[in-house]
Amino acid sequence: MTKKRKLGRGVAMVGAGMSPFGMFADRDSKDLVIEAFREMVNSVDKGFEPNDLDALYLGNFTNDFFVQQSHWGAILVDALGLVPKPATRTEGACASSALAFREAVFAIASGFYDIVLVGGFEQMSKQSTEQVAEGLALAASPHERQAGFTFPGVFGAIATAYFDRYGASREHLMNVTIKSHDNARFNPKAQHQRSIREIMASRVEKATSKGAAIPSWKDEKEFLADPKANPVVAWPMHLFDCSPISDGAACLLLVGEEIATSFTDTPIYVRGLGQASGRSLHAAEDLTSLEATRSAADEAYQMADLSPGDIQFAEVHDCFSIAEILSIEDLGFFAPGTGFKAVEEGLTRLDGPKPINTSGGLKCKGHPVGATGAAQLIEVWQQLRVTADRRQIPAGDLRFGAAQSMGGTGGTCTFTILERR
Amino acid sequence: MTDHAINDHTFAMLLQQGKLQGSKCTACDAVFVPPRSLCPNCHQADMRWVLMAGTGRLLAFTCISIGPPWMVAQGYDRDHPYCSAAVELDEGPRVVARIEGVDAEHPESIQLGMRLVAQLGERGESDDASASLVFTPA
Ligand SMILES: [Zn+2]
Repeated sequence: MTKKRKLGRGVAMVGAGMSPFGMFADRDSKDLVIEAFREMVNSVDKGFEPNDLDALYLGNFTNDFFVQQSHWGAILVDALGLVPKPATRTEGACASSALAFREAVFAIASGFYDIVLVGGFEQMSKQSTEQVAEGLALAASPHERQAGFTFPGVFGAIATAYFDRYGASREHLMNVTIKSHDNARFNPKAQHQRSIREIMASRVEKATSKGAAIPSWKDEKEFLADPKANPVVAWPMHLFDCSPISDGAACLLLVGEEIATSFTDTPIYVRGLGQASGRSLHAAEDLTSLEATRSAADEAYQMADLSPGDIQFAEVHDCFSIAEILSIEDLGFFAPGTGFKAVEEGLTRLDGPKPINTSGGLKCKGHPVGATGAAQLIEVWQQLRVTADRRQIPAGDLRFGAAQSMGGTGGTCTFTILERR
Repeated sequence: MTDHAINDHTFAMLLQQGKLQGSKCTACDAVFVPPRSLCPNCHQADMRWVLMAGTGRLLAFTCISIGPPWMVAQGYDRDHPYCSAAVELDEGPRVVARIEGVDAEHPESIQLGMRLVAQLGERGESDDASASLVFTPA
């Protein structure tokens, strides 16, 4: 049984900001962090003076490789005009800034700091696709790499095991993709803001204007089944099953619970925290479930005194469509082998009983690896504060939302439950 | 069987010689491929080499169209995908490996559970790619 954990002092989230996510030829990590920082400062309802910050925790996966530059803590403190405040960089692959969030919570809970910035950032689009694949593969296990596995390949293999065990198919994965695109229409920060139907219409329009053969897909699934529109990457993972190459940054502000209301009348509190490590694919006992997600979730639910049914909505780590299905099962929202049916029945849509990835998820919001964990928490914060505009889930009695981050192929997982009181 | 240190280096060297070797914990009898020098169950390091038959079954697979640079260098691309898989050895341990002799352009033709046999011949000079484990349908 997981040990029940508690914070020595409560911690609240009182501000948040994000750069847009996308591919920006004319902006680097520093520019994106500055943009996210400025938005975060302006988001604090009762105002916030950056000089009051005690420290910064910044998550980044692989700027060392992508940008050939390390030591980002000090570089960003300088860029933000915050010298000599202490900064610590965390790395946990795609969960890097989820780890930064945890470290900041611990620093405040210990009583050492009162006001801490959590950031995440990644700059990927200046690389070729092969370079990005090579950089991301740094987070895979050495044996997986040797056997030729790529990230989409690992999740492709997981999908074949899931299909075989539970009778699901590619069509069920398409439901995840269609939902993500539908949600991202309402997210002005998202990299892909068009629904699948809008993408289809624009392709038809393009073909028409060029005088080319006009595609005749009868619906979204026919489009996604068309190998020209949706080519295979690592079967059964196709292009529209995969999160994109992205640049982006996210910043949020954490403070000690007893001072939270001097920043805002609607602070959002940290209710549960979980983190766990997992094995690589070949050593996993079950290929249709990620043990680190289950362990992290257990820990967070215990700490929060909550069960999966209490979590009203969540952001989960859908680096690939199949990963969303595994996550909603491993987090206990749906029983093993039923996640694909839940998505098919619309239970995870914006207007369903358990909205998942209201932001559009990694698939459509974008996945600047090091920024992702913080950005997921920002989405939960906005939903709980009822500031998510057109993608806001029904606001009646919103209390608990959560975010799950996953590094690599399940090597590092975090689960964080936030609360509106 | 061998006095060599139990690690990935020796595993690769033995694979080059045509031997698929795992390690076995002398305390709990658990078998690990690739070999572990520290038993994750007992946290003790009294491990012995154990030879695998090299037979097993297909647990999960993918056919990869966009591979890493060293696979592209071997001629694999969108028109020539390759198959990577998780394989359960008959002795119990699970490994990741390349699968050859299957139609990676038609993944629907590849069946989970199919019997596989490791290709364990002398493979000459060692490099990362040739040191990887390869299975074919039995
Ligand atoms: Zn043992």
